[in-house]
Amino acid sequence: MPDTHFYRYDEYDRRLVGERVEQFRDQVRRRLAGELTEEQFKPLRLTNGLYLQLHAYMLRIAIPYGTLSSRQLRKLAEISRKYDRGYGHFTTRQNLQLHWIKLEQAPDAIAALAEVDMHSIQTSGNCVRNTTADHFAGAAVDEIEDPRVWCEIVRQWSTLHPEFSFLPRKFKIAITGSPNDRAAVRVHDIGLRLWRNDQGEVGFEVIVGGGLGRTPMIGKTLREFLPKDELLAYLEATLRVYNRYGRRDNLFKARIKILVHEIGAEKMCEEVEAEYESMKDSALRLAPETIEAIAGQFAPPPLQPGRTRVPEVEALKLEDRNFALWLKSNVAPHRVPGHAIVTASLKPAGAPPGDASAAQMEGVADIADAYSQSEIRVSHEQNLVLPHVAIEDLPAVYRALDRLGFAEANVGKITDIIACPGLDYCALANARSIPVAQRISRHFAALSRQHDIGDLKIKISGCINACGHHHVGHIGILGVDKNGIELYQISLGGDVDFGRTALGTILGPAVPAEKIVDAVDALVATYLEARSAGERFVDTYRRLGVQPFKDRVYAAV
Amino acid sequence: MPLFREGSAAPVANDQPAPLPLADWLKDRVGPAVALANTDDVNELQPELASLTLITLHFPRFSDGRAYSQARLLRERLGYRGELRAAGDVLQDQLPFLLRCGFDSFESDQKGFGEALARARTLFSVVYQPTKDGRPTASQLRLFGRRVTLSAAE
Repeated sequence: MPDTHFYRYDEYDRRLVGERVEQFRDQVRRRLAGELTEEQFKPLRLTNGLYLQLHAYMLRIAIPYGTLSSRQLRKLAEISRKYDRGYGHFTTRQNLQLHWIKLEQAPDAIAALAEVDMHSIQTSGNCVRNTTADHFAGAAVDEIEDPRVWCEIVRQWSTLHPEFSFLPRKFKIAITGSPNDRAAVRVHDIGLRLWRNDQGEVGFEVIVGGGLGRTPMIGKTLREFLPKDELLAYLEATLRVYNRYGRRDNLFKARIKILVHEIGAEKMCEEVEAEYESMKDSALRLAPETIEAIAGQFAPPPLQPGRTRVPEVEALKLEDRNFALWLKSNVAPHRVPGHAIVTASLKPAGAPPGDASAAQMEGVADIADAYSQSEIRVSHEQNLVLPHVAIEDLPAVYRALDRLGFAEANVGKITDIIACPGLDYCALANARSIPVAQRISRHFAALSRQHDIGDLKIKISGCINACGHHHVGHIGILGVDKNGIELYQISLGGDVDFGRTALGTILGPAVPAEKIVDAVDALVATYLEARSAGERFVDTYRRLGVQPFKDRVYAAV
Repeated sequence: MPLFREGSAAPVANDQPAPLPLADWLKDRVGPAVALANTDDVNELQPELASLTLITLHFPRFSDGRAYSQARLLRERLGYRGELRAAGDVLQDQLPFLLRCGFDSFESDQKGFGEALARARTLFSVVYQPTKDGRPTASQLRLFGRRVTLSAAE
């Protein structure tokens, strides 16, 4: 088996994760023996990724920085078969959720994860969650530095942090190393953006207090430029300010965004900088050897520059229109000439977004072994990515993905919908998300029409907690419950692109489930008639404002 | 409430005077023992900190983690060396964190607490974060390992 091109656990990481499994096994035993009440057990299981949902326990597995080896993906397939119903759900935070877990078996499932150096530590609970990254990291053309190096450094620092395991609320960090932000850093508790200053040094812009949920906010820049080796000191300072002053009286006002909003970004900055002053130059400063050792493990695979125009690819493009469309939407440029980044769409027409069966996971693992350096990425848009594919292999990869049902040429298009699990699974939800996504997906299934409509992001949440990121969808759909009836509120113009991050504007009164497809159809029709050359849906919306869209929708529903 | 210290699985006798709430202690700033609420500012104990023999930090609910920050500030920034006691809703599953933050005595009526305390320092043989407990972090051990390998090669 080829070596991986990302961080490999050493004996320390492996020991800690193993010891954590044993600790959890003991906690489950004590719970089953009645030594722990459910109230006492709840935070313990949550910080091991175990939720109690509508029908069963759900296990949320961390996929740090969205990077998986084929071996790890095969193990996830095996676990989903053995301990669940043979499928899993990839989430918007680079996690995999298994929705039908039995409490008695949870420790064994977690022990099986540890066999491939994976865990579910801190995928829930009021602690620092899985740190997410650009899913094209290490392959993207526009990348300044690989953000995953820093995600791994943060992963270690945040794992079982003695001071920050009982925060006021959950805490999400995202890191990007590219000017084109694919990690949505402005809508995280802390977003970190690597950039190069005029002196040629690379450091972090530190953005604090962004988030979606019931009070969506765009994060504020606390630090324009932080030297990289001081990252942990600055994070520790920020978390300490939050741990001490974040609100704990109201669950809905406990995120750091509320603290930043209430005391103001300037005061927040003062507090953090004062704390940081006494922390920098401490043991938290990263030694150059430490950074180098971790960065070395993310060294790119040795790809040979190859042909960018391959006759077989050109021929198939003419012969197979779907392949031609797939090249346009699902294949992105790679930094090594002759290579490409392929997105496997987990959104075939009418399927629940982000779901994959065990057989499909194994199929993707096989393709990665044959054509992508045995590496797979999970995107926050709930797709899988093959990051290192030679252009000459694209026809074979396309055919192999097609056999799995993952070659839909719809990445970034209207049917590449983000949706939370919604009322079908989740105890918090007010309305179903997946069936709505499925209906829209079926209605717009024709690929040529999707490509004509162009880039359009639909994001659906089944409740105000916004796991489906509806605030930042070009079209956002939020399920609400009115007297037992599921209604859907539509918003327009949300965006997570860097420099254009915006929250959507609510269109008008919520519409019933059976009208949602008509409403989206009306929005699309308005755009198609009004667009000027090269304008995306969201650009036309920005130019025209909400009114023409609103008039058309409420005439239609 | 049973009191525990490392080294004994059974509860120990409380040999400390009853701590004064901060507001009372601040009146004349004498007395060797203070009980802080988790919203109190630990800096208020300066400059008499060195004369204190007991500070009690409070967990109104075990899920309220403010006292961890207070503990680290007392131990690491202000250099407090007396007894640091966790009181309130203190459960055995918090112990690895409490010990790393500098607590050294614990009030708890949870069954099995003393036995859990005896195991708490070794439950995790690896730590990632530097704190005043002096345990070398994984990162420090790796660095040391690499430097040893390098000097052996020279």
